[in-house]
Amino acid sequence: MLALGPIFRALLRNKVGALLIAIQIAFTMAVIVNSVFIIYERSQETKRPSGIDEANSFFVTSSGFTENFSAKATIEEDLANIRALSGVVDAIQINAIPVSGSGWSMGLQTEPGAEHDGIGTAVYMVDERGINALDVQLLAGENFTATDIRWRGKGASDWPDKIIVTQAMATRLFPDLDYAQSIGKTVYINDTEPMIITGVIDKLQAPWVGWNNVEHSFLSPEYLARDSSSYFIRTEDGQRDAMMKQVEELLAKNKSRVIQNMRSVDYVRERSYRGHTAMIKILTTVIITLTIVTSLGIVGLASFSVNRRKKQIGIRRALGATKADILRYFMTENMIISGFGVLLGAALTIGLNMILVNALSLTPMSWFYIPVGMLALCVVGQVAVFGPARKATSIAPATATRTV
Amino acid sequence: MFSYYLKLAAKSIKKNPLLSTLMVLAIALGIGASMTTVTVNYLMSANPIPEKSEQLFYVQVDSWDPHNAFNDSNGEPPNQITWTEANNLFNAQQASKQVVMAKSGGIIVPENQDINPFEAVIRLTTGDFFAMFNTPFLFGSGWQLASDQQRAQVIVLTKRINDKLFGGENSIGRTVLLAGQNYKVVGVLDAWQPMPKFYDVNNGAFDESEEVFIPFFLKETYELPNWGNTNCWKSPEGEGFKAFLQSECINYQMWVQLNSEQEQSDYLAFLNNYVSEQKALGRFPRPMNNQLLDVMGWMANQEVVEDDAKMMMWMSFMFLVVCLLNTIGLLLAKFMGKSSEIGLRRAIGASKRDIFIQHIIESATIGLLGGLLGLGLALFGLVGIETLYGDFVSNLVSLDWVMALTGIVIAIVASILAGLYPTWRACNVAPATQLSSQ
Repeated sequence: MLALGPIFRALLRNKVGALLIAIQIAFTMAVIVNSVFIIYERSQETKRPSGIDEANSFFVTSSGFTENFSAKATIEEDLANIRALSGVVDAIQINAIPVSGSGWSMGLQTEPGAEHDGIGTAVYMVDERGINALDVQLLAGENFTATDIRWRGKGASDWPDKIIVTQAMATRLFPDLDYAQSIGKTVYINDTEPMIITGVIDKLQAPWVGWNNVEHSFLSPEYLARDSSSYFIRTEDGQRDAMMKQVEELLAKNKSRVIQNMRSVDYVRERSYRGHTAMIKILTTVIITLTIVTSLGIVGLASFSVNRRKKQIGIRRALGATKADILRYFMTENMIISGFGVLLGAALTIGLNMILVNALSLTPMSWFYIPVGMLALCVVGQVAVFGPARKATSIAPATATRTV
Repeated sequence: MFSYYLKLAAKSIKKNPLLSTLMVLAIALGIGASMTTVTVNYLMSANPIPEKSEQLFYVQVDSWDPHNAFNDSNGEPPNQITWTEANNLFNAQQASKQVVMAKSGGIIVPENQDINPFEAVIRLTTGDFFAMFNTPFLFGSGWQLASDQQRAQVIVLTKRINDKLFGGENSIGRTVLLAGQNYKVVGVLDAWQPMPKFYDVNNGAFDESEEVFIPFFLKETYELPNWGNTNCWKSPEGEGFKAFLQSECINYQMWVQLNSEQEQSDYLAFLNNYVSEQKALGRFPRPMNNQLLDVMGWMANQEVVEDDAKMMMWMSFMFLVVCLLNTIGLLLAKFMGKSSEIGLRRAIGASKRDIFIQHIIESATIGLLGGLLGLGLALFGLVGIETLYGDFVSNLVSLDWVMALTGIVIAIVASILAGLYPTWRACNVAPATQLSSQ
């Protein structure tokens, strides 16, 4: 076992150099550990499934503008035509697209009255084929029938009697019940208007990916009688791009409207999470660069210290120290410095995390990030110092007899 | 003497190219990262209308739910107003200038049949908009108060739409068919894109400005759709468009121009008085909570600078700290390695001051090189940010001279500071010991 005492005392003779490295390691650790934590959180968020068949779905908006434009007739005709295309699994009119960033939200409550708080949820207006088109699973209860679907007029503020909610929403509304037991329960919209839950689906995310209630949504059985109308189309595997073209051509035949915003769900997802993806890439670059900068700093300073101690090393070698002893000396010296560094680093990491939590409402990081980070930085230190330390072992014992 | 020291610095840098390169690179990386993030933050928090940002005030009144504040966490009044308030407060004409507005959209059918009909984003607004926000005009001008009151079918086009519809000609007096109605062109804006788009931050603070501008009250006449954020704390009473307009839903913004503190306190008094009157009518169930914030106050209130941008800036400052610590360490190593040289110079008559200046100049040279390289890295970083975030940041990633110069100055100052301790150590090399060891 190497005596730590002499190494430590030798270190104290060059306090500043060692201290600089230690502080550098500490700051590096604070930035790297927090970055890793943020990257992990963001990547978890970007991986959340929206519940729909993203790869095979797209949507398009049709905006009628002529005076005699009939919204109702056009929607019925469009849906019939699109559904008839081979390659299309199903198509619906919808008021908003999951993960797209824009949509419609309401509050639902289990007791009537303005004094009760509603629970926020996204609304998707679909017909009886919504479940199939969105590719969501009905877990309990039953789907809407064609007779349940109504037309929502411009400016209408009342709601249908039946709704289908996501499992997450059912559990949130009735936390004490199994989701299946929410079938037949009445919830209230607009403070007092009752609606009965007739079905529960597995998963359908809200349009806003940054929303706390992103798993809350419900299906409302209605068509929107509007001149501007969006269709959501699900195709057979691999048919999406071909179908996008066909649907566009089909709809463009009607010259009394404008066809716009034809987009795949993959595209809107990519756009909605672009900030997260960018952040992940930027922070990864930061981690790599910082590790390199710090390693090079350690290499530089260690080489310097080896050069300065050539004579001392030569003397030790002449007195019988093996190459391994010399190697171990510098490795141990770096271990001591890194040890101080990561201890300080642990404090800085927690401090930086607290700042980020307070200022930017991040969730606090789990405790195990700290020891893992400490270990990682120590390893980086050891790897970085290995080169200069090996160079030190090549110093000949005869150096002791020369003056440097 | 200065040029001699510069020569010495260059010599010293060349003598130990690896260590020098490391230092230059470290400073360049730190400066590059910080400048990139600072630029984004600086542009996000830029004053979009510096010449009068202190005279323009965003109007907020608390018309919200008696049971829940609009924003539970801070009790702020709602971020928009209702149709009723937009009408009443505008018609009162109590400020020297005032504007009410909303976002909408409609299909434009061009006269020229070769151009397909397309959807345009509409800003519904009132005539003072153009004078209040200093919009540049290419042709014509905005409209007068009378046009607002008479709901005249007039339109102001942006340059882009004028180029598209009329090939960039002076189109004053021509008509545009928008959302089924004909509008007479009274003005064409020159390129105009305030950054941030402060007049309506609820609908994307860095979005493009709208494509056409028409009188606000036409929304009611032609039942123009609600675009942008709409929030309701209770649903409209009754069915249809009229019921929505009369509801407590908020979808409209109001700005007033108040030129003095007297005007500001008068306007706030007017608002308080107005709310009291409405309370008597059974509206405004919450406590009196009216707010007038000027442009920068409103930007801060709405947290226009994104959290991610702030976070990146802080991380990049810590990055810079690491790089500077690295530089201090390496400079220390470098200067101590020159002990014998310094000892020799001291022995043949150089004063401590000479040694000090020589080494500070060497540090500054490294800083200058690092700063220049860092500037390059920052340009690279900004291109990277644009690639990663897409078009919507394209207005936020340009580097101006002020930023570039600041970056270089910071690099030099930082490296001089980083060089202070190593230099001090170098100055304290005693001539005698070094000579004796030779």
